[in-house]
Amino acid sequence: MSDIFRFDPLTLPPECDALRGEVRGFIAEERASGRWRGESDFASSHSPDFSGRLGARGWIGMTWPKKYGGRERSFLERYVVTEELLAAGAPVGAHWVADRQSGPLILRFGNDSQRQDILPRITRGECFFCIGMSEPDSGSDLASIRTKAVPVEGGWELNGRKIWTSNAHKAHFMICLCRTESVDAGDRHKGLSQLIVDLKSPGISIRPIKNLAGAEHFNEVLFESVFVPGDRMIGQPGDGWKQVTSELGYERSGPERFLSSFRLVVEFMRRIGTSPDPRDAEAIGRVLAHLATLRRMSLSVAGMLQKGETVNLEAAVVKDLGTNLEKEIPEIIRLVARRGRSPNHSDMMEEALAYTVLNAPSFTIRGGTREILRGIVARGLGLR
Amino acid sequence: MSDSLVQEVAGKLFADLVPPKLVNDAEAGDFPAALWQAVNDAGFPDALAAAETPGSLAGVPDAAAILREAGRHAAPLPLAETMLARWLLAGAGITAPDAPLTIAPAERAGGLLLHRAGKGWRLAGRAAGLPWGKQSSGIVAIVDGRVALLAPKAADLRPGRSLAGEPRDDLSVDAEVEVKPAAAGVDAALVYRLGALSRAVMMAGALEAVLVLTVQYANDRVQFGRPIGKFQAIQQQLALLAENVAAAGVVASAAVEAASGQGDLAFAVAVAKARVGEAAGKVAEIAHQVHGAIGFTHEHRLHHLTRRLWSWRDEFGVESEWQQELGRLAAARGADGLWPLLTGW
Ligand SMILES: Cc1cc2nc3c(=O)[nH]c(=O)nc-3n(C[C@H](O)[C@H](O)[C@H](O)COP(=O)(O)OP(=O)(O)OC[C@H]3O[C@@H](n4cnc5c(N)ncnc54)[C@H](O)[C@@H]3O)c2cc1C
Repeated sequence: MSDIFRFDPLTLPPECDALRGEVRGFIAEERASGRWRGESDFASSHSPDFSGRLGARGWIGMTWPKKYGGRERSFLERYVVTEELLAAGAPVGAHWVADRQSGPLILRFGNDSQRQDILPRITRGECFFCIGMSEPDSGSDLASIRTKAVPVEGGWELNGRKIWTSNAHKAHFMICLCRTESVDAGDRHKGLSQLIVDLKSPGISIRPIKNLAGAEHFNEVLFESVFVPGDRMIGQPGDGWKQVTSELGYERSGPERFLSSFRLVVEFMRRIGTSPDPRDAEAIGRVLAHLATLRRMSLSVAGMLQKGETVNLEAAVVKDLGTNLEKEIPEIIRLVARRGRSPNHSDMMEEALAYTVLNAPSFTIRGGTREILRGIVARGLGLR
Repeated sequence: MSDSLVQEVAGKLFADLVPPKLVNDAEAGDFPAALWQAVNDAGFPDALAAAETPGSLAGVPDAAAILREAGRHAAPLPLAETMLARWLLAGAGITAPDAPLTIAPAERAGGLLLHRAGKGWRLAGRAAGLPWGKQSSGIVAIVDGRVALLAPKAADLRPGRSLAGEPRDDLSVDAEVEVKPAAAGVDAALVYRLGALSRAVMMAGALEAVLVLTVQYANDRVQFGRPIGKFQAIQQQLALLAENVAAAGVVASAAVEAASGQGDLAFAVAVAKARVGEAAGKVAEIAHQVHGAIGFTHEHRLHHLTRRLWSWRDEFGVESEWQQELGRLAAARGADGLWPLLTGW
């Protein structure tokens, strides 16, 4: 029974240390140049310039084959680069989805012309993607989507509506999950396909949706008789569900699933100084014990992914625990930080606390809700 | 033996020899002498002391594997205490009595002093909550880098019990003792950390057992015509329970690794005791909710595990104590030292 989950211990190989040093050097240079000062969350930034500089270092698509612009580095090396960037609050938002999800998907299931056309541009930090899965009537129940592509001369005609699409207004392409066959009552997962949609195509309208924090990150995307060339189908028509679910381990276990409130912790520590009072120390220690545990778990999953193992269950564990922690951090810190406000409050901390409190509701929704994740874990326990 | 083999052997021994009745009898005051004999014959109490270099922590992985199984089966013995005591005595070159032992102090604020008396030494002072004090054959104290062996008869022990019904006695002493310098690098702070590590590992084992029991119960208990495990409300709670068990297991193992020389022991133990202690509270709460009234009975064995979780999480430093230590340790490195600290352990 204790074998339900596997979290093999992992020691990062030595090449990761050297790489970590390089990334820290790069971040220090970037900081010194004053180009950015630290974002709270992978989703909160969009800086094509930064993505370009990162691409020039070879740190986007770094695990992919050289012939597609990659550097053939290990998945663990990629882990080190991304965790360093996230911890520093680097503005990774522009290329994030392409690097984590869309590129690997195209590499694995796409055809060679897609790979040659798109992957090198992603690695240079010039080509950004968004994920078109959710629809107004389809959230957790993703298989119920209605956006539809029908075959036409030379390709597909796409009609429908996507919603909550992060960065659609700033991305070049969307990977759109759509129906290419009508619903088979016996198997709802049949007949779903993934198309690479050029967001400049005629018939697409993109409307940003302001979130409760006042920012415009996600969008509604409307497709009205949009033509998608036939060679933009990823894999075979009908393979969409299999492809979508095959990448969940990567999407759910990474450091972005427990570091979204990290900047708040750092700024709070800056404020309390090097000899904090016991309550402040306790708050920091509590958070730190969780962060340290989650990083171990997340790294362990990365190690198993590197070995090609299936880790969807473990990834769900990491994401549920990690996103809960992301929500708990502002709750822990506000209780101590709000005791008697002093005039020399660090503005950075106030800003990070405000950002985190306001954005916390999204942490346990985006990328699969808490309830859906716990359902996956319950299935792993043999309960369903 | 490899850790997993040690774990297998220990798991089998405890599974065979620790029925619920034995736990109940021990809690009622009967020391399980036959169980102790079997455990002693298997060499378990010497797992730490077996290391060739005095004071070496090379035995930690084996000791931890045994203690995890002891925790899983709620084995009512001073096993962690005897392991630590024998390791201290071996490091100091004092012959260990071949019997259950305990260590003092088991709390951070040590109220024990050693002072010279003629040619020898006297140990004087108080220590609260001494595990298995009266049922041990020797109390091993570590004070100012010195190890002392005290006969329980020479001390005043006021009996007490933990939430799990395990002996936790208050010690008051002023007696002559055998004293030797501790092995290099060994001091009271290290022993306290190892005590905390032992509790983290025992809790990790007990937590895994609670998960098994609770999932099993959810599959067996039928209400409204189906197993309660089919209700989504129960599934969601069990998922949270399982996630906490997984986290506790990972972090306890990481601390064991660090203690046996592959990392920062102070940091890793503080993280483990704080995190596993939190998991213990959450898991026990959910497990009891899922078990309903039957789990609240003395008859059902769930409480053998949950009462141990509730007592072990408080021993060798409650979560808040380790959280404070962690917070101070992190703050001392400054805000920008936090990330290197996290990636460096
Ligand atoms: C900031 C943000 C960014 C996002 N970015 C993207 C993006 O780029 N691309 C994209 O495609 N989507 C994106 N999403 C959408 C996200 O994937 C969905 O919000 C998510 O899948 C949940 O769907 P929903 O919001 O429709 O909620 P619903 O599915 O309607 O769920 C509402 C509530 O009901 C619960 N619930 C639903 N089904 C069950 C069940 N079977 N059992 C128990 N409880 C259930 C849920 O857990 C939740 O608590 C984003 C969302 C956010 C908040």
